[in-house]
Amino acid sequence: MRTEGRKPAPREERILGIIETARAKRPRFKDERITMAHGAGGKATQTLIEGLLAPAFGLEELTDAAVMDGVALTTDSFVVKPLRFPGGSIGELAVNGTVNDLAMAGARPLALSLALILEEGLDAAVLRAEVDAIAAAAERAGVRVVAGDTKVVERGHADGMYVCTTGIGARDPRATLSPGAVRPGDRILVSGSVGEHGTAIMLARGDLGLDADIVSDTRSLWPAVDAILGDGLRCLRDATRGGVASVLNEIARAAGVGIVVREAEVPIAPAVAGAAELLGIDPMYVANEGKFVAFAAPEAADAALAALREVEGCERAAEIGEVRAEPPGMVVVETAFGGRRVMDQLVGDPLPRIC
Amino acid sequence: MRFVDEFRDGALGRKVAAQILGVVEPGRHYKVMEVCGGHTHSIYRYGVDDLLPENVELVHGPGCPVCVIPMGRVDDGIAIAREPGVIFTCFGDMLRVPGSAGTLLDAKAQGADVRMVYSPLDALRIARAEPDREVVFFAIGFETTAPSTALTLMRARAEGLRNFSCMCNHVTIVPPLRALLDSPDLRLDGFIGPGHVSTVVGARPFEFIPADYGRPVVIAGFEPLDILQAIHMILAQLAADRCEVENQYTRVVPYDGNPAALRAMAEVFELRPHFEWRGLGFISQSALRLADAYADLDAERRFAVPGVRVADPKACQCGEVLKGVIKPWECKVFGTACTPEHAIGTCMVSPEGACAAYYNYGRFVTSSGGPSL
Repeated sequence: MRTEGRKPAPREERILGIIETARAKRPRFKDERITMAHGAGGKATQTLIEGLLAPAFGLEELTDAAVMDGVALTTDSFVVKPLRFPGGSIGELAVNGTVNDLAMAGARPLALSLALILEEGLDAAVLRAEVDAIAAAAERAGVRVVAGDTKVVERGHADGMYVCTTGIGARDPRATLSPGAVRPGDRILVSGSVGEHGTAIMLARGDLGLDADIVSDTRSLWPAVDAILGDGLRCLRDATRGGVASVLNEIARAAGVGIVVREAEVPIAPAVAGAAELLGIDPMYVANEGKFVAFAAPEAADAALAALREVEGCERAAEIGEVRAEPPGMVVVETAFGGRRVMDQLVGDPLPRIC
Repeated sequence: MRFVDEFRDGALGRKVAAQILGVVEPGRHYKVMEVCGGHTHSIYRYGVDDLLPENVELVHGPGCPVCVIPMGRVDDGIAIAREPGVIFTCFGDMLRVPGSAGTLLDAKAQGADVRMVYSPLDALRIARAEPDREVVFFAIGFETTAPSTALTLMRARAEGLRNFSCMCNHVTIVPPLRALLDSPDLRLDGFIGPGHVSTVVGARPFEFIPADYGRPVVIAGFEPLDILQAIHMILAQLAADRCEVENQYTRVVPYDGNPAALRAMAEVFELRPHFEWRGLGFISQSALRLADAYADLDAERRFAVPGVRVADPKACQCGEVLKGVIKPWECKVFGTACTPEHAIGTCMVSPEGACAAYYNYGRFVTSSGGPSL
C-alpha cells in the first residue's frame, strides 16, 4: 500500500518543480479584458491585485486592513444580487464585511464611511430598508457611520444599488497578526460551519430550482476575535469570496509553508453539503460572510478553540488542519476516504456574484 | 449525508483495497483505463489512487465531453454568439474552452450575450421570456446529456417556440472507444466503463470490448468506493482469466439502458457521417446532429457559421493524453504554457479533463524530492 502517498517519477518531479517555481513568481497581469473571473476571488483576482494594483502602489504585504500608527483602515464594495437574501441583505453585508476586515487585522472597529451608488428607478422602500439594515448592523457591531456619499446612475447601469464602505479601527494591543508569522506546527481553526453565505445567495437567485433552509452567516466577527486575541494567535483571515480554500492558499503562499487540511474535520451544515453535492461545488470554495480561519501556535490552539466556541455564532468552530514545512506554498487535503490531493486556488467560478 | 457518505467510507475503502491486493500478481503491471471524465475527477478528488497497489496504474480516457470539442466548433459557437440579438447559452465548463481566438467568456467580455445555464430547459425558459431575441443552446455531452437536449427540442417544437435553436455537439461513446482500441500504441488491461452514459445506453453496447478486443469492462458509479470496487472486479476477472462486461453500478444502470431516453434521441437526432474529435481526429458516425424533422431548430442551419476546421495547436498533446498514451505531465506544455487559467488544450479546461484533474489535485511533491509530507 502506498501509505506514503503516490511517489512521482523523477522526470515528473522535475516538471512539477518547474511548475511550482513558475507559480511562486509574482503573477503578471496580461489579460486583454476584465472577465468575471477577475472578480471571483481565485487566480485571476490574485493576478489583478498582485500583478497590477500592488506594484502600482508599492504594497508588499497584502492584508485585509492596513495598520498605521495603531489605526487600521480598510475598504470594500458590495454588488450582491439579489439585494435581499435569507439571513441578510446588501446593507448588512456592507457593514459586517468591512468591520470584519478590520477585525482580521486585530483592530476594534470604530467608524465607517458609506457610499451608495443607486440606480435610476430604485424603489424608495428598498433603499429605506437597506438604510435601516445598515443602521441596525452598525449598532450591533458597535460602529458609527460618520461620513458618506451618494450617486445615482442611469437605469440599467447598476443592479438596484451598490454599496461601498470604508472602516477605521484601533489595533488591539494584544494583536500581533501577520501571514508571515505563520510557521510549521501551527494549528488551523475555522470559526464555524462553512459555505452558508454563498449557498444561500445561489439558492435565493432561484435559477437552480432548489429550495433549502440555508441562511447567510453574515455577522460581525469582532466579538470572536476579541475572545481569542493573544500571544499564540499568528494570523486571521475572513473566508469571504473564494471560501476557506482560497484563504489557505493565500497564507500558504505568503508564509511559504505547506498546509494540510483534514477534510473530515471541516464543519459543514448538512443542507449546504447537500446543495454543494447537487451542484458539483466544493463548500471549501464557497463564500462566507461571518467565518474566519485562524492560525494558532500549537500551545495556544486548544484554548483559542474553547474560547471561540463560547462566542455566539461560533459554536461549531473546529480545528481543521495544521501547518507543515512541506510542500511550500501548497494546500493538501487528506480526504475522508483516505487519499490525498491538492486543494488549489480557484481558477474562476461560474457562480453568481455573492457579496 | 445519507446515501452518499456510505460510498465514501474510508474503512470500507481500505477493505476493498486489501481485496485488490489479494487478486493482483506481484510481478505484473496493470493498466486500467477509466473512460469517463467523471471517474477521473472522482479519482483525484478523493485520492482513490492512494489506495491502490503500486503495480495498478489508472489511465485517463477520452470521456470528457468538453475535452473532445475541437477548436473549430468553439469558433462556430462564438460566431453565433456574436450575431446581433442572440442570447448564447451553454454549460459553465464550455465557457472557458479556447477557440482559435479566445473563449466564449472572452466573447462575453467583448459584448456577446453569453449565459451559463444548468440545463437546456433553462435556455428554453430564457427563450420564452425574451421572445424578441434568438436563444441558442450549445449542446455538448455523450449519451448522458443528449436525451435532455432531445426532450428540450421536443418541448420547443410542441410549444411552437420560433426563437430557440440548438447547436448540437453531442457525441457517442462507442466509436471513440473502438478507435482507441484499434490504436497500435495502446496497452490496456481493462476498462472502467462510463456509469452515466450507461444509464442511457445500458451495458450491452460495450460487449464488443471483451468479444472483439479481449479486455474486461466494468461499468462503475462515481463514488470512490464504486471505483475501487470496479477496479477489484476488473482485476478479479484478469486473475480468473475471465473477460466480460460486468455492471458494478446496478443501483442506477439497467443492462439494457433507458428505452424512453433512447427513443427521444432517435426521434430528434441522427448520426453525423463523421465528426472531428479534439486530439483524436475525425471518427466516423461518432456524433449526433438534429434530424431533418428538427432542421428548423438547428442553429447550424439557422445561422451562417464559418465551419472552418482549425488544427489543434502544435504544442498540444491532448490526443495522446486522451488515448492514455502519455500522462498529463508528459505533455510538452503541461503546467507551463498550458494551465487551467490559460489553457491551450481542452484537457486542461474542464474539471473532468485529465490534465486539469492532475494539475488541480495531483500535483504535489516536496522540494526535497521524496514523497510529500
